[in-house]
Formats: sequence, structure tokens, C-alpha cells
Amino acid sequence: MTPQPNALEIEDLVMHFGPVRAVDGVSLTIPRGRVTALVGESGSGKSTVGRCVVRLVEPTAGTVRIAGTDVTHLSRRRLRPHRGAVSIVFQDPAGSLDPRMLVGDIVAEPLRLAGKRISRRDRDARVAPQLERVGLRAEVARRYPHELSGGQRQRVSIARALISEPMLLIADEPTSALDVSVQASVLNLLADLQRDIGFACLFITHDLSAVEYLADDIAVMYLGQLVEQGSRERIFARPAHPYTQALLSAAPVADPVRQRERQPVLLGDDLPSALDPPSGCRFRTRCPLAFDRCATEVPARTAIGDGMAACHLVRPDGTGPDVRTADPSEVLS
Amino acid sequence: MTTPSAPVLEIRDLSVSFPTETGTVSAVDGVSLDLAPGEIVGMVGESGCGKSVTAMSIAGLLPGSARITGSVRLDGAELVGARESALRRVRGQEIAYIFQEPMTSLNPVLTVGRQIGEVLQVHERMSRRAARARAVELLTLVGIPSAAQRVDTYPHQLSGGMRQRVMIAMAVACGPKVLVADEPTTALDVTVQAGILQVLRDLRDRLGTSILIITHDLGVIADIADRVVVMYAGRVVERAPVDDLFARPRHRYTAGLLSASPQPGRHAGTDRLTEIPGLVPVLSTQPDACTFADRCPAADATCRDAAPPLEGIGGTDHVAACWHPCSTAPQEATR
Repeated sequence: MTPQPNALEIEDLVMHFGPVRAVDGVSLTIPRGRVTALVGESGSGKSTVGRCVVRLVEPTAGTVRIAGTDVTHLSRRRLRPHRGAVSIVFQDPAGSLDPRMLVGDIVAEPLRLAGKRISRRDRDARVAPQLERVGLRAEVARRYPHELSGGQRQRVSIARALISEPMLLIADEPTSALDVSVQASVLNLLADLQRDIGFACLFITHDLSAVEYLADDIAVMYLGQLVEQGSRERIFARPAHPYTQALLSAAPVADPVRQRERQPVLLGDDLPSALDPPSGCRFRTRCPLAFDRCATEVPARTAIGDGMAACHLVRPDGTGPDVRTADPSEVLS
Repeated sequence: MTTPSAPVLEIRDLSVSFPTETGTVSAVDGVSLDLAPGEIVGMVGESGCGKSVTAMSIAGLLPGSARITGSVRLDGAELVGARESALRRVRGQEIAYIFQEPMTSLNPVLTVGRQIGEVLQVHERMSRRAARARAVELLTLVGIPSAAQRVDTYPHQLSGGMRQRVMIAMAVACGPKVLVADEPTTALDVTVQAGILQVLRDLRDRLGTSILIITHDLGVIADIADRVVVMYAGRVVERAPVDDLFARPRHRYTAGLLSASPQPGRHAGTDRLTEIPGLVPVLSTQPDACTFADRCPAADATCRDAAPPLEGIGGTDHVAACWHPCSTAPQEATR
């Protein structure tokens, strides 16, 4: 038996939009059936990685392999047979569903685009179970998107994404536009579907509580580059990179007693521009622990278990200072 | 904050409805709320629950078509139905607002110094030079580094967090008694949000500003609020000191909201988020019934026959509008 290729392999992915260096050397592997969260703040380039993977944009450099096939520079025509292997769900379901199409046509569209000529009856027979799988009644197929609530629309997006039985689902902030109670149902749905169907998932988000709930592995992105990767358990228990530590400390927990004891690491509001990223470590301009070497030398990736952290202060054994407790003057002396 | 001093802002039985093409929509129904001096009250609820409409109605910012009844008193002076000239004096000077998206609230063709200065020139009759100097002080107050240089920048030259700090500087320029912050951090990243919340807390501590913060984010509420008001479908369903609300929610909707958001340490492999079935109703008239009944696991005939009053529990300042409130046992078991 030949070893099964990974669902997704990204190597040294670079995506520049003119002078904007949105993604600058990202490598990421998702084995089949695993959920990897790509975490970062706005402008970190996390959505651009997702758009490169589904080839909404053609990467400037690097390689994207889906189920072992290099799709980085395939033409539209040559890409078509591989389109079914990867799907995407976007943040805003109102903007990603054509308002003039019936829900049934929207959900079936990937089949049409795959060039399969199927009868209306066959199509309806395939759409109905998809809708049921995402918790919608089959009658919804005859409705228009505007007749549905935000949560229902996101379920339609998920049904559309899964009809081609993809090996990989890109979920780009799938719950960020939804209310808390609706978020819960969409997160539950994604968790259930992932467990039952077993697709791999690149879960792009800034919401750390959703990450902890859904992800197996976590990759943290800052200004176009990955700064840390690791299992969910390790990242939440022992984050190694100062940025990951700051991010975890800044997200408030919904518990006033615990929240009062926590001290967020304040980073300053001025994010550097992706037009002219800082030399050396890109996080150094906001890092409370930055020292001379950070400005001159790009930090190497130190392996930590199956993951890594790119910081000069992380020692070869994967340990290092914690900005949440460390006194900067002591770290550097 | 349990200071017995008179509230600076008293909202009593406030109702707001809007005529639309398809009939009247009732957005706010009988909301009552006090804001004590130096107090931070968090108002939480999902989209469409009426929290922003409540906030806007405080200083008369709603469009003329809105039908407003009830009372909003600032230091005892009635604002509902007050003359526009009186409201104009109140806005900015007594009650100031900050909104979610700082870019759309700032004028892109004026430097931030001019915009902050304008407030001072109009309300405080300051000279242009004095206003500029004060603007630099205010920018320093809200934590903007090298404020003397930043005062001459345009909004597009600043990051989202810096713009929100400018908005806060402008809002507090005239030393308002009340600051209404409507989703002030929703458009910002978490590392930036932490800084903005810190600025708001500082303002309360240093200037004694009372703050009404409106958000859908329970983490923000837990972080900054002294007391919490939970809104659902235009009504206040629960009101409590922040610790009490999170530890012992009484209304089924509050309890549902708390257990719907993922908690630290929980994973889909072993745990499920609690869903609240159904949808928020859009109401033309507020029924004499519990508006949450259709989605509530504990609802019975009583709930559909009469609106539950907002009642205190054991003489505390924890009130809930529910015929079948959750037990007072701490929620640890279910969360």
C-alpha cells in the first residue's frame, strides 16, 4: 500500500500583490482528516494563504500540493479536475451566495462546474441530503438566500463546499459574522461533519476560543510569516513565541473572576506595514522582549515536538521566556 | 461599585419603535437602567436585540421617524422630548459617544488635531492655539505615543487602534459625565482591543467618567464591566453585578449565551457547545408574553400568557425577567 499523500502541503509560499508582501515564505502541512487552525490578526496574510490554496490567486512563488498534486501554477482548465478536492467557506455568507440563485442551484453549482452533466432530478436527489446533512430542510432548496437567516446561509455555504466530497475544506472565518448563539451551532456543525466525513480542514480565524474548540493543530501567523506551529494542547499550555503568548493573554475570557487576575500583554497599536516589514524578526517592533539581534538576524525555526517557533529567545530544547510573566530587563541580561 | 450616590443617568421605561413599509417594528420595549458616577455598565445582546437603539436614544441620536416614549434623565434633567438646542449642548459636553468603526466617524481630510480641536472650539470656546495644545494632552491621555507629532497626522495615516484612541480623545475632550461606547473594539484585533479597554478603564479611574459599553462579546463584558444588562428582543431580561451574572445567571437566555461560547480547555472531541435553537423574533408589537419562550427549554403556558416582570432575587441587585429562572446554584457543573 502506497503511503497516502497529505491533504495539503504548502512549501515556502510567497504571495506579493505589487509591493505588498502579503505572504512571505509560509510552509504548512495538513495530514488527512486533521484540523489545522491558521491564527493571526487582520493583515497577517492568513486569508491570502487560503485564497492561494483554492487558487483564487496564483502564488508568486512556492508550492501548493493538494492530495499530492501540485496545483500552484495549473491553468484554469488543468485545475478543473482538482477543484473538487478542495472547497472554501467564507466569512460573510450574504456576500458569497449569489442573491439571484435558488439555494438548490447554489449548492449544486460545484457539480455543474466539475463538468458533470446531470439531470435536474439527479441534481435534486444529491442536493437534498446535503441540505439535511447541514441541518436544513430539503424545501430550502427552493428558497433564495435573502429568505434565510445568517446562520442558515452559512449552512448553505457549507453544504455547497461539501457536495464535491472534498479532501480539504478551507474555512475562512466561518463564524465571525454570526451571533454567539448561532456561532455555537455552526461550530458544532463543522465539528460533527469533520468527524463524520473526515475531511481535513484549514480553519482560518482570529477567534482563539473557536480555535481551541475545533483545531487539532495551530499555526500562528504574523505579517506574512508563521511564527509558531504546534498541537492545540501544546500551544495553549506552553506557547513559545512571544507573539503567541501576547495573543493568548490579550483575548479576554468570559469569566470576570479569572479575567481580573489576568494581565494582558499590551503590544502597542502600530502594526508595521506589509509594504516594508521590519528587518530581522518581523515582530520585533511590538515585542516587549526584543533585543539587538532581533533587528539584524531573521530568527531560525526551532523545532518543538512536531511544531516550531521562530524566535531568538526560544532555546534548542523549546523552552524560553514568557512575556506574560517575564521582566524584560531580566530576560536580556 | 456599589456607591449609593445618585445615578448620573437614569433610563426609565424607555420604548422605541420605527414605522417601516411593512408595519411598525418595536426595537426597544420598556428598558430601565441606571448608571452611577464612575460606573462601567456593560450591555450585552445579539444583533437586533435593541442595544444600539437604546444607546442612540439616550442623547436623541435616532432619526425623526423613531417613536420614543419613557424617560432618560441626565442628573435629573429630562432628555426625551427635549429641544434640539438643549440636546446639542448635552451631546459632547455631557454625553459622548464612540462607535465601532473609527474610520467612518473621522473626517478624512482634517488632521486629528483639528478634529479634536474643533470640539473644544465649539463647546469650550477655546482659541485655536489652546485647542491644539489641549488636543496633544488628550492624545497623550489615551495612550498615543509621541502625541505632539501625531496631532498633525490624518486619520488614514493611523492604525485602527490609534484611530479608536483618537475617537476616545475627541469624546472625552469636554469631560463628559457619560461615555457611551457602542462596540468600541469589535473592529479591532485582540491585542489592540486589550489596549483600548485599558484606556476606557483609565478614564473611569482618573476622570470618574461613567461608561455604558455595548458589546456582543462576553469576554469584553467580563473584562471591563461592573454591572451587566442583558437584552433580548428589545427588553432587558437580566441585570446583575458582573461576577453574579457569570457565576449564577438566572434567565435562561443568559445561561444559554454563556454556555454557547467556547470555554478555555474545551474541545469538540469531548464537548459540545450548547446551542440556542430558533431565531430572535422581529416584533411589530411587544406581546404580553416572554419573548424568549419559543426558544426556551423551560417555557410553559405561563410564559406565553404574560410577560415576566424584572424581579429581584433575595433582595439583591440581581434581577431577571423569567417565570422559571435557573436555580441559584453556581453554573460550574454545566459550563
